[in-house]
Amino acid sequence: MKVLFSFLTVIVLIIIAIMGASITNLHYVFGIIIPYVALIMFVGGFISRVIKWGRSPVPFRIPTTIGQQKSLPWIKQNKIENPTSAFGVIVRMAMEVLFFRSLFRNTQTELREGKNGPILAYGSAKWLWLGSLFFHWSFLIIIVRHLRLFLEPIPFFVQLLESVDGMLQIGLPSIYLTDLFILVAVTFLFLRRVCIPRIKYISLPADFFPLFMIMSVAISGILMRYFYKVDLIAVKQLAIGLATFQPVLPSGIGPMFFIHIFLVSVLFAYFPMSKLMHMGGIFMSPTRNMISNNRMVRHINPWNPVVEVHTYEQYEDEFRVKMKKAGIPVEKE
Amino acid sequence: MAPKVKLPKPGELSQIDFKTPATDWMDTPVEFKPGTYCWGSKEKDLLTLGLPNPRQWSPADEDWKIPEGWETTILDGIAERLSKYRSFKLFMDICVRCGACADKCHFYIATGDPKNMPVLRAELIRSVYKKYFTKSGKFLGRLAGARELNMDVLKEWWSYFFQCTECRRCSVFCPYGIDQAEVTIIGRELLNLVGLNIDWISGPAAACYMKGNHLGLEPHAITGNIESMCDDIEDITGIRVNPTFNRKGAEIMFVTPSGDLLGEPGVYTCMGYLMLFHELGLDYTWSTYASEGGNFGFFTSNDTAKRLNYKIYAEAKRLGVKYIIGGECGHMWRVLNQYMDTWHGPADFLEVPVSPITGTVFENAKSTKMIHISEFTADLIKHKKLNLDPTRNDHLKVTFHDSCNPSRGMGLLDEPREVIKAVCNNFYEMPENTIREKTFCCGSGSGLNASENMEQRMRGGFPRANAVKYVKEKHGVNMLANICAVDRAALPALMDYWNPGVGVTGVTELVANALVMKGEKERTTNLRFEDLPGKGGNE
Repeated sequence: MKVLFSFLTVIVLIIIAIMGASITNLHYVFGIIIPYVALIMFVGGFISRVIKWGRSPVPFRIPTTIGQQKSLPWIKQNKIENPTSAFGVIVRMAMEVLFFRSLFRNTQTELREGKNGPILAYGSAKWLWLGSLFFHWSFLIIIVRHLRLFLEPIPFFVQLLESVDGMLQIGLPSIYLTDLFILVAVTFLFLRRVCIPRIKYISLPADFFPLFMIMSVAISGILMRYFYKVDLIAVKQLAIGLATFQPVLPSGIGPMFFIHIFLVSVLFAYFPMSKLMHMGGIFMSPTRNMISNNRMVRHINPWNPVVEVHTYEQYEDEFRVKMKKAGIPVEKE
Repeated sequence: MAPKVKLPKPGELSQIDFKTPATDWMDTPVEFKPGTYCWGSKEKDLLTLGLPNPRQWSPADEDWKIPEGWETTILDGIAERLSKYRSFKLFMDICVRCGACADKCHFYIATGDPKNMPVLRAELIRSVYKKYFTKSGKFLGRLAGARELNMDVLKEWWSYFFQCTECRRCSVFCPYGIDQAEVTIIGRELLNLVGLNIDWISGPAAACYMKGNHLGLEPHAITGNIESMCDDIEDITGIRVNPTFNRKGAEIMFVTPSGDLLGEPGVYTCMGYLMLFHELGLDYTWSTYASEGGNFGFFTSNDTAKRLNYKIYAEAKRLGVKYIIGGECGHMWRVLNQYMDTWHGPADFLEVPVSPITGTVFENAKSTKMIHISEFTADLIKHKKLNLDPTRNDHLKVTFHDSCNPSRGMGLLDEPREVIKAVCNNFYEMPENTIREKTFCCGSGSGLNASENMEQRMRGGFPRANAVKYVKEKHGVNMLANICAVDRAALPALMDYWNPGVGVTGVTELVANALVMKGEKERTTNLRFEDLPGKGGNE
């Protein structure tokens, strides 16, 4: 049901895209206006979400310590997973953001019956890590590859990336590895959501929708590149026009392009109001981005409340007789 | 009080059904099965603490006696906390429900109840957040994972936020570091706004507020208990230990969880402190006012935690000590490490801790001025300041249980191990995925070590117990060492249930047994009055 709803929503979006692409009069809307609206929604939404997070203070220093603390000089500190320096935190965050360090730790719990009763075992489970890594890196490389459409001359690193990505040199134009990877990875991420019962149980339409969206974006892109070819020179004209805020609409681009750019626009517009914001959020996660120097440097809570306390005087007043009898020194005789 | 419920046999409890329910979790009502939940907080305790809605109530009743307009109280409470805690706001927004946390939670592993997956436990509150605080939830409702706040939801919160021990294991595995402990902490704060706590938390918190410790020991009871420990120490070693209380001008104040002052095996750890400090000739004092290291306020609300924690620095200041040593306790150290200085610092009336025996400067505590007994002892051992005879522990095959909070809220991992290895010849680690930062909870942390929820405790502790069983079968382990008073209270029952024959000990008890004190008589028994290996009559 949840899957179906998300799937149908994406189908509806694709139908809208096809309509837009097939009606020439709408090309200006689909090629220029909608992308701009999406861009504004993406940038504006992203920034406003980050500002909203940033407005709430971090009252306590709560890093999750995933290794030995700094204490005695001969005990080896884990300087990355229990960092006491800004550098340590930077490395820790880089490991999380670039290599998904915490996901790499993933294990799978198994309960089985041994001869002396139940046995819990924790096996290695790297598939989620691998799938996510392939997915995110492919996505990033694909986005960087798209810079060739917006920049003239095409920067060296984009050309390099393209040649590495296309190193298989199969087909014409040659197949990009990342195109394959992202499809495989997205399919994997989808399949685990429907095949693993407990993951299926926790999944919401909001988990399936982005997967279908990304799938449709990738497929439309691949179709455009290999099957329903578009006029690349015209596309580049349009892209540069968009990037320089001097939009032009060259004729004869080909309908597949409008489908692709509409789906991309929807994805970007949707981004800031969805869980996809984990992209920005991870940088702000207090259990990962804080220096674990709690006992060395005092952390300030901007709203540190004044609270009612039970003072020593009150305590002694209540127990003075008993204290004296037990030989405990008191302030007032 | 409800009738006593029978605890199922281990063979029954380990039959865990991981099948997901036929109904969506939003349509699956919460079930209150006797033996799996704690009693509700008592009226008198909430009155003592000045917390909202004091009344007698029972979770088993249909009517929880929640005041009219409670929905507004909760929603305003959420709004306030969203503006106060970036963690809360962020964790509500960025979860992608990848499920990496799911089988990392001891309660999920041992119950198979999907709402015990950290992701879904957070979703219980996230769904309400979405409904009232996000546009997608307002317009799309259930499609966006949003739902209305109603009494069933409130009861569900109470049930599941008191089935989480705030152990942070999930946050180790979360790719965004989402910490369910943080969500539970805030969930419990919200529940407390309408008077929903459990008796086992609000009772000790109220006692601690008025009398200085969770057990509610009055000053003369504290000195009395410690005096009788001194008598036992004299019987065993021939040495009279003379601790002082509330003494001004001492160099060090010692604070430990009050669980060490009453009941076995906690008292043996306490005897260990007394013997160690005596042997060192340490200029230290106990306090009857700041007689609690732990903090059950931390399981109630930030304010309550701060109110209870106040006594430690206040008393250190009144007594004019230079610094503080803290005993073996789990959540106590999360609070001391990550909260105390922020609440009540700067402790500029204290000095950076320096061991008077070794001269080691504890730079790692230069702001809080409070060090852990394991840090202190590991330093002594490294400098060979203790005369130790580890053969006295030779009858023990020891493994070490890392307490959740010192592991994942501090990183105190190797210090206790160094101590244990110096005082025991037979030490064996449990499997890698169950120790250190990946340690499993005892199942009774964060105030859940009551007796009425014994079934749930035995479930929650199952992964821990199962790892102990592994080393028991492989190496013959018969002693589970730890540095936590809740562990010492909770693990004996857990071991008796899953692994009969495995004892529980504090690390400092092991130290004291191995410690050869100056002028001691030949010891024939350990601190538990059990014959020492090779020394007793009935070997």
